[in-house]
Amino acid sequence: MKPHMGRIWRNRLALTLATCSALLGLALLFIILYDIIRHGLSSLNLELLTEDPAGPMGGGGLKGAFLGQGLLTLVATLVGAPLGVLAGTYIAEYGRDKKISKAFISLCDLAMSLPSIVVGIFVYSLLVKPFGGFNGWAGAAALAIIMIPLVTRTTETMLAMVPWTLREAALALGSSYSQVIIKIVYRKAASGILTGILLAIARVAGETAPLMFTSFNNNHFELALGKPVASVTVTVFQYAGSPYETWIDQAWAAALVVTVVVLLLNILGRLAVKWRF
Amino acid sequence: MRAKKAANFFFFLLTCLGAGSLVFLTAGILVTLVVESQPGMERFGFIQFILSRDWNYAQEAFGALRPLTGTILAAVFAVILATPVAIGVAVFLTELCPAKIKGAIALAIELLAAIPSVIYGLWGLFVLAPFLEKYFQPIVGKIFGGLPWIGPYFQTQMAGGLNLVTAAMVLGVMILPFIASLAREGFAQVPEALKESAYGLGATCWETIVAVVWPTSQKAVLGGIIMASGRALGETMAVAYVIGNRHGALESLFSPYVTITSVIANEFNEAGPIQMSALFYLTLALFLANLIVLTVAKRLMRKS
Repeated sequence: MKPHMGRIWRNRLALTLATCSALLGLALLFIILYDIIRHGLSSLNLELLTEDPAGPMGGGGLKGAFLGQGLLTLVATLVGAPLGVLAGTYIAEYGRDKKISKAFISLCDLAMSLPSIVVGIFVYSLLVKPFGGFNGWAGAAALAIIMIPLVTRTTETMLAMVPWTLREAALALGSSYSQVIIKIVYRKAASGILTGILLAIARVAGETAPLMFTSFNNNHFELALGKPVASVTVTVFQYAGSPYETWIDQAWAAALVVTVVVLLLNILGRLAVKWRF
Repeated sequence: MRAKKAANFFFFLLTCLGAGSLVFLTAGILVTLVVESQPGMERFGFIQFILSRDWNYAQEAFGALRPLTGTILAAVFAVILATPVAIGVAVFLTELCPAKIKGAIALAIELLAAIPSVIYGLWGLFVLAPFLEKYFQPIVGKIFGGLPWIGPYFQTQMAGGLNLVTAAMVLGVMILPFIASLAREGFAQVPEALKESAYGLGATCWETIVAVVWPTSQKAVLGGIIMASGRALGETMAVAYVIGNRHGALESLFSPYVTITSVIANEFNEAGPIQMSALFYLTLALFLANLIVLTVAKRLMRKS
């Protein structure tokens, strides 16, 4: 054997292993998706989305849970997205190159890394315990708290990418800094910020842990945020732990719907990033 | 002119409000955890709490040793399982993959991270756990179970496949895309000219990775791995399903066990006052562990 053959074979072996890892990663995604579809499709029907829950004897649907989760996510977005954008604006514009900006970024990274169950527990002590019971507001607040740092980080990155000369040009024409930010900088960074918000929505739409101790769950159709509000993810968790076949089947069907929605939001967000740049 | 100035200042205040919300929520979480765990702290102390094996509802004696051990072991095993595969994925994507399908494969791997935690839990509970119990555990038990000293740790236990190893595997799948994308970022920082000079000297692709890419990017990659372990520490729903949630001794890697998050998820809503405080205390420990992990990871990544 020639002396360099060992090197070549070592190279081939390493690269084959790398390729196998990539194939394993892909296989895992497809196995999980296949299992969700296989189990979920059998009990997926229109009633799941349009009917109220029935007992463990079967039938019924999770209308309240789907609408509830949508409502919680909507309220969380209405609160969390603007706060996140504003925080990102402060860091990238007013705090640019200042020490305080770095401190805020560190706080933001800490908030982003916090386990979502920690946020759930925090909101429990803040909005559930003092008000005497689980309520939808608390659930929405927990989701909003998870969204804020995510949106802050993307906003900050997107704003920093807008060339400084553009601001100088607008300032030279006599606009105030806030006008420059709102009319020039935001417009330039809009699609990036919106993508960030979309991905943040995708992230919170599948959250369970922050809802378990805040909005909890509700068997009755309830969209008043002062009361416990049902959500699909908490229902999946509870049904999967139940001894009833019918509930477990419904949990799989609901899981299929959640997965499809979350993955589509993600793909949409990522494609949007691509179109932009 | 005045109105314009007022509007300008008002917008500045709004952005301060946004930035303030970051302070409010991080400081608020820390303060709340400390305040709520006060009764537990007074009753159990710090060292005692960390080192106590108790989890006794009747005597209201609660200790963190087992949940803490479970959390750390599950995260460490998950990182050990996920890292080689994730590095392989990163190498494949940066060095081997044809440009045409690169985007699609990277997207598919990242979608693994997008699947909600509760869905992983459902899958782990009904698909992975029974599979492992039937096919994986007996084999491992046969091979390693007879060894002296460590043998018992590989003995299979019939608990529906709900145990530490299953939890670590589910966690491993969940953090795989995270490590892969951070490793890819690290690899991408290596200047192209540096790699080309290695190729120019006749190095193979693998030798270039070992001699040039890895030394330049190792800190970033290690930082990414540590960051991912932080994710694994705090992961809740998936673990709560498959860890088995039994406050008992860890007789084997296939024993049902507990983690901080699984205990919180399963017991918080029915906890009495002292138990509740102990759960807050556990959450505080999780918060601090997460803070340490994040700090170390960021320091490593900054140095690169």
